[in-house]
Formats: sequence, C-alpha cells, structure tokens
Amino acid sequence: MSGENFLSVQNVSKRFGTTLAVDRISLQIGKGEFFSLLGPSGCGKTTLLRMIGGFSFPDEGSIAIEGADVTWLPPNERPTNMVFQSYAIFPHLNVHDNIGYGLRSEGVPQAERDARIKDVLRLIKLEGYGERRAQELSGGERQRVALARALIKRPKVLLLDEPLGALDKRLREAMQVELRELQRELKITFVFVTHDQEEALFLSDRIAVMEKGRILQIADPKTLYEQPNSRKVAEFIGTMNVFEARVTGIKAGNARLASPVLGEFTAPLRAGVNAAAGTTLLAAIRPEKFSLSREMSPRAIKGRIAAIAYLGDRDQFRVMAGGSTLTVSAHNLGGANSALCVGDAVYLSCAPDAVVLLNQD
Amino acid sequence: MKTAVAGMTRLERVFQRSETGSALALLSPSLIVLVVTLATPMALLVLYSLWTQNGLSLDTHPTLAQYEVVFGRAGYLALFVRSIAISSLVTLVTVALAYPMAYFVAFHVKRAKFVWLILLNVPFWTSYLLRVFAWKVILGFDGVINSGLIKLGLIEKPLAFLLYNPTAVVVTLAHAYAAFAILPIYVSLEKIDRSYLEAAADLGDGPVRRFMRITLPLSLPGIIGAAVLIFVPTTGDYVTPTLVGGSDGVMIANLIQVQFGRVNNWPLGAAMSIASMAAVGVLAALVVQAARASVARIR
Amino acid sequence: MKRAEPFDEGVRGLRVYAFLYLAFLYIPVLLLPLFSFNNSLFIAFPLTGFTTRWYAEMAADSEMHAALLNTLKVGTLASLSSTILGLLAAKALARGGLKGASAFIGLTSLPLFIPEIVLGISLLVLVTAMGIGLSLLSVAIGHLLVCLPFAIAVLLSRLEGFDASLEEASRDLGENGWMTFWRVTFPLVLPGIVSSLLLTFIVSFDDFMIAFFLCGTDTTLPVYIFGELRFPNKLPGVLALGSTILLVSGGLVFVAEWVRHAGVRLKPHRIIGR
Repeated sequence: MSGENFLSVQNVSKRFGTTLAVDRISLQIGKGEFFSLLGPSGCGKTTLLRMIGGFSFPDEGSIAIEGADVTWLPPNERPTNMVFQSYAIFPHLNVHDNIGYGLRSEGVPQAERDARIKDVLRLIKLEGYGERRAQELSGGERQRVALARALIKRPKVLLLDEPLGALDKRLREAMQVELRELQRELKITFVFVTHDQEEALFLSDRIAVMEKGRILQIADPKTLYEQPNSRKVAEFIGTMNVFEARVTGIKAGNARLASPVLGEFTAPLRAGVNAAAGTTLLAAIRPEKFSLSREMSPRAIKGRIAAIAYLGDRDQFRVMAGGSTLTVSAHNLGGANSALCVGDAVYLSCAPDAVVLLNQD
Repeated sequence: MKTAVAGMTRLERVFQRSETGSALALLSPSLIVLVVTLATPMALLVLYSLWTQNGLSLDTHPTLAQYEVVFGRAGYLALFVRSIAISSLVTLVTVALAYPMAYFVAFHVKRAKFVWLILLNVPFWTSYLLRVFAWKVILGFDGVINSGLIKLGLIEKPLAFLLYNPTAVVVTLAHAYAAFAILPIYVSLEKIDRSYLEAAADLGDGPVRRFMRITLPLSLPGIIGAAVLIFVPTTGDYVTPTLVGGSDGVMIANLIQVQFGRVNNWPLGAAMSIASMAAVGVLAALVVQAARASVARIR
Repeated sequence: MKRAEPFDEGVRGLRVYAFLYLAFLYIPVLLLPLFSFNNSLFIAFPLTGFTTRWYAEMAADSEMHAALLNTLKVGTLASLSSTILGLLAAKALARGGLKGASAFIGLTSLPLFIPEIVLGISLLVLVTAMGIGLSLLSVAIGHLLVCLPFAIAVLLSRLEGFDASLEEASRDLGENGWMTFWRVTFPLVLPGIVSSLLLTFIVSFDDFMIAFFLCGTDTTLPVYIFGELRFPNKLPGVLALGSTILLVSGGLVFVAEWVRHAGVRLKPHRIIGR
C-alpha cells in the first residue's frame, strides 16, 4: 500500500439546500502526514473534514482509508477520530472517564483502560487530573483532554477542527509546538482545519488552500509561500505585492517584462503560465524580497516612502513607485534603514527569481 | 449633591443607591402575597391539625390525636397506599410516553419546532375539568368506546370495566397530565450540545449506547422535573377520582374533601392533608435521590 | 444516490410515534365538540344527526350566564394582579446576580407542587379565620397565588433577553425613570405582558378546585359545570358549553404563544462566524 494514498478523497461534493459547500474535491494524503485544510470561513474545509469523519455523507464521490471504502460508514465504524472545535468534553464525566470513554465502547477491560489512560495523561502533561470535571478545566486543559480522548483510540487518521481557535495567542503558539512534536512522535496522520495561515505554515507537511468549496492549491508550506499558483493563493498566504506586467520577450527559461512599477525586469518562466510575447501577466513579489536603499543602483527603481509601521522585529514600508503602492519590509537590524522617514526618496531592487509570474485571473 | 443625574427624582436616587434595595422593593409585593396566601394558610392548617372537633365546637387544646387517627386506621393507610400506587403508575406511564415525543421535537424537527411546541402546549392550557369529563364520556357504559365497539360489531354487550375503577383513574390522569411531562423533558433535551453525541459516536458508540451514556444522563434533570411535577399533584387529585373513579377508585383527596364538607371535621382533614403532603414529599425526595444515584453510575 | 444523513436512525419510527401521540392528546378532547352537535341525549355512537339546539339551550341558561360573568370578573382581577406583580418580580430577577433569586422562584412555584385540594382547603381555613368568608374576591386571591408562577415564568423569559443598555441610553438622552419605562421598556416587554395576561386569565378561568372551596353562592363556570354533571339530561348542554370554552381558550393560548415567540428580538444580533 503506497503511503501516498493512505487517505483518499475522490471527487467529493456536498450540497446544503442550494449552496454547494464542497465542489468535486479530490486529494490524497500520505501515511503519517500532517495535512492542513486552510481557507476563510465558508470555504468548505470543515464540511470536508466532517465527511472524512463520518458526521455527514457526501452527495457524490467517495472516501477511502488504506484502500477500504469508508464513504457510508457511521463515525463509530471508521478508523478516524475527531478533536472538536468546542472540545465536547462530556460534562457529567470526569477527565479519567472522558478519556477512557472510547475504550469502554471497545470493551477494553478496566485494568488495561486505567493503564492506557495513565500513559496518555502523562503524554499530554495532565497527570493527576483524572478526578477533575470539565467545568474545572481551563481552555488549554480541555483542549488537551479532547486530544487525549481521541489519541487513546489509536486512530489511523486524527481529524482536528480548528482546535486552537479559542485559545489566546501565547497559549495557541505553545500548543502548536506541542501538537507538532506529538504528531512527529506518534507518526499518526493528522488532518487539520484552520483559517490561520501562519498556523498552517508552521504545523503542516502539506497544505490544501480552499475557497468556496474548491481547492486552489496543494503544496508544502515553502512552495505555497514562494510559488503560489494564483493571485488568490498568493494574497491569502502572507502579504504579496501583485501588479501587471507585459511580456516583451523570452530567453533561456526567463521572460523579459515591462511594467510601470518595476520598469524592465526579468523573471523565471513557470509551468502553467502563458508567457507568449505581448501577453499581460501578473508579477508577484513578497515584501521581504526587496532591497531598500537611499543609494541608487543599476536596475533599481525610484520610489517615495508613503508610510512606515514599526512592527518590532521588522519595519514595514509603504512605498509609492511607478504609480502603485508597494509593501516592503526590512528586518530591524538597525543601520541606515532605521533613519528613513515618510517622504524620503528610496531605491528598490529585487533579484529576478524573487518574482513569481502568475496568469491574470 | 447638587449635581444630580439628569431627570432622576429623589425617590429614584434612594433606590438607585442599593441594587439589592431596589430589587427587594420590586419583589416585596409578590413575597407579601406568598406570605398571606401560602405561608399563613399552611401554618393555620398545621394548627387545625392539632385541634379537635367536638360536635359543633372546636377544641383548641393542642393534641396529636388527629394524627393518631390518620396513622391508626387501616382503611386510611390502605387508601393512601392506593393513591401512591395510582400516582406512581401515572407518572411512569406519562413520562415514558412523553419522552420519545419530546425527543422527536428536540432532535428531529428542524424547521417547524415552534409550531410543534405550540401544538403540544395548547392542551396544557385547556380546562382540566373538561378533559376529565371527556374521558368520563369516552369510558362510560353508554359511552363512546362501548357504543363504537358495539356499532362496529366487535362486542355485543357494553364493557363495564372501563369506568369507575382505578384503571379509569390512571388512564384519565395520564392523559390529563401528559402535557406537563413534555415541556421539562424537551427543555433538558434541547440543551444537550449535539457535539457530545457526535463525539460519542466518533469514539465508538452506536445509537443505543449513545442514548444510554450521553442523552439519558444529561436529560435526567428534565425527567426528574417532569416526574415530580406529575407525581406530587396527582396524589392529591380530586376531580378525576370523583368523576371516573367510582367507589373503587377513591383517592386521598376525596377523603379530605369530605372532612371539609358534610363530615365537618376540619382538624382531621387538616391532619390528613399535612400527613399526606409530608409523606408524598419524603417519597418523592427518596425516589429522586435513588434515580440520581443510579444514573451517576453510568459511565 | 442520496442516503439519509448519519444520526438519523429511527426517525421514521419516531415521526409515526409523534403523530400518534398528538392524536392521543387531541382526540379525546375533540370528541366534545363532535358530540355537542349530535342530535341525541346520549353521548354515544352512532351519530344521529346534526343539531345546534344544545348550544341554543346553553346560551339561554341564565344560571350559566351568571357563572360566566363571575368567572370573567375573577379572571380579569387575577390576571391583572398576577401580571403586575410578575412584571415587578421579573424586572428584579432579570437583572441577574441577585442572591436568593432561585430561592424566590422556587417559593413562587411552590403552588404548582402542592395538590390543589390542599391549596383549596388551606385558603378556606384562611378566609374563615380572617372573617372574609366565601366570595368571588376570595377566589380571586386564591387565583392570584396559582397564577403568579406562570406570570413570572412568561415575563422572566421575555425580560431575560433585555439589553440593559437600552434603558441606560434613554437615561443618557435625558429621560427620567418613569418615562424611560414608558417609552423604552414597556413597548419592548409588551408581547410578554400580553402573553402573561392571556395565560393567567386562562389559568384562572379553568380553575375548579380553588373556586369550589371559596366561591360560596356566586359560582364560577367550572363549579357550575361540575354541578351540572350530575344530571344526565344536561350533559349535551355541558358538552356545548365545554366545546365553546375549549375553542375560545385554545384560540387565546394560540395567540398568546404566537405573540410570545414573535415580537421584536431583544438580544442584539450575534454575527455567526461560519
């Protein structure tokens, strides 16, 4: 069994009334992979997750785990377990019985149950919490109990529905680290739903960016960030400067382009981008790829600083150049850039391979 | 202070000074009503139960004689036991029948919930007297069931056992109090977070186990509320045994009423009332405790 | 192929049960109107023919008129007084955080858990001891006791969603306490008040037990009906009367519940994330 097709979603669609929540989605997730579904509210990521878990049936398509078709199995018969967004900790049971709930369902005898619960409590660092009830736990503790309750079942796939959304920033970041370490240690396949792209980039082996029931791009975090396949993906992940440029020529795998913003510049060609001479494409450049300087250099364009934001670890500049406003960020290493003010004239340049060419949408 | 808040009268400022003060002012009329119409009469009732009726005059020397009569006569005890038995049966039947109905509306009605609730609520507000009367008419010797069955040719002579016995009382009470059971059960079922059930399914439980381990324990407050709401008033019901009980279906309330009516022995009636209320209260509390304890063991 | 969603096991069975249950609830009561139009002194099958003479008979009965008038008087008094007291109490409770709030609600609900016969006789004892005697006023006082929990429940549920900042805004704009109540609070609570008035009126209208003990010579309608039940030839007339009452009170309840559920939303709209 090829590791790539551990979890296979084929052409799955789901309609609610007249709205198409999930539109013919297919994806293959590998064994032991940390896979994220990323997108804004309403994009269908949770609907898809719930269909994988068995909480709703697709209108079309099929879902298979390790080759076995699970599309129509109810949740209790699937080798998956879910960590719910609200955690769903049973209020009438204590932590011990919550975590052991699924083991009772399987008929695991008490001695083994108690031993495994003890191990898991240690894993999530909540030893001694067995007698406590849901109401006595903090948000972070409840989240860990929910995780433990699912993990103790040793599922083939663990589904997580925005599990960190309710936590404050600091706690969330700590939990992200713990979650990633846990996944690496246990080597369980995780399918993780979030709308927070930083979180997705940090945790995942691969990410599927979704919008309106469709997948825009599936790739590992670095590729997603450096080589987005469309303006939508480019602008969803981080900040991106996007402007139009006209192809003036092609030479040795590179295109020559012209644009009022950046003047004449070169950029590498990419598969899927229609770069015939004369076409207008989109050029996308990340804010941190620019070099900012008071001094003129060849191929640098002239601009004027319109605004400066001090973000602690870096400065973010809004620069007017060639009739457009560019966002440029520079790490706060002191030096010449910290003396820049609004209204100053600056020179921007960037390396050719920092430019990502995209088709117009 | 000269600088008053715009538009406040002096009286209002006095109340405003204390949140609890103003709250108490608003609650006091109701509390007064309660003291006058509930607490005082109950206290008077207790007093009466300690007195004795001598012919036409009332002997107010405190004595427990009435309670000795109440607990002493075997006939009274038997009547009390029968009343409890009838009420218990009514409670069980009513709650058991109402639960699936409430469950249906809480879990399986998506859009017209509001309509179902009103439909279930309306009978609750119709005249109790008329509902009992309807059953008298239905179960009677010349009544609806008998005449219907005869007309259909299923029986030749009317069934005599339908009316004027404890069964008639149970059926009538179960119907009359049905509406009382639905609402408390519905409210507690509605409150159950659906994600608990999804989690239980996710962890391996099929529909029956999900119900036993999650839905039932979490809806217990509603079940207990409904049970108490039915059990306690039915033990002291007067109308139903009077109209459909006959001489076999007599309950405590009939006996009590007679003391305040033609027998004119108010102290005995008062003692009967207090004794039966206390006993029913204790019984109800015991059953509630037992129910809670046994459900708490569900894991 | 579309299959049923998971978690829908047994829906079909439950739905059948639900309709059967509704039938069980309504049919016995609907038999009353059915036979009230039946041209026979006996309330039995087969139906012999349509007639409205029982209604005419009932409408002409002067004793019934008197009882009806008494019931209306008592009902109006009971519903007004319980709604006013309930409104004040609900206002105090809805603010939330009041110590002893649940104790208060428990106390006012106590009459629901005390058998009506005990309530009746204890009130009888009271009015005798106080020298007030048996009268419609005594009945009204007794009804106030049993109507109060209903009034509080209805009004509390309406006021609980009430945004306190609405009143504060009114104050801020210059209105004093009384005018704020009249211009802001009252209109928003009005559906609850109407609902409470209707429901408590019905509770009073339908009460038999308390009226039975306290009414003396001026009977109320339920007491009158109870008396008539002893005479077999009066039964169809009682059916007619009962059917009329059912129709009117059913309609009133429908209106009351509809008003309660409709009406301006008091809670600010929450924006749902997903």
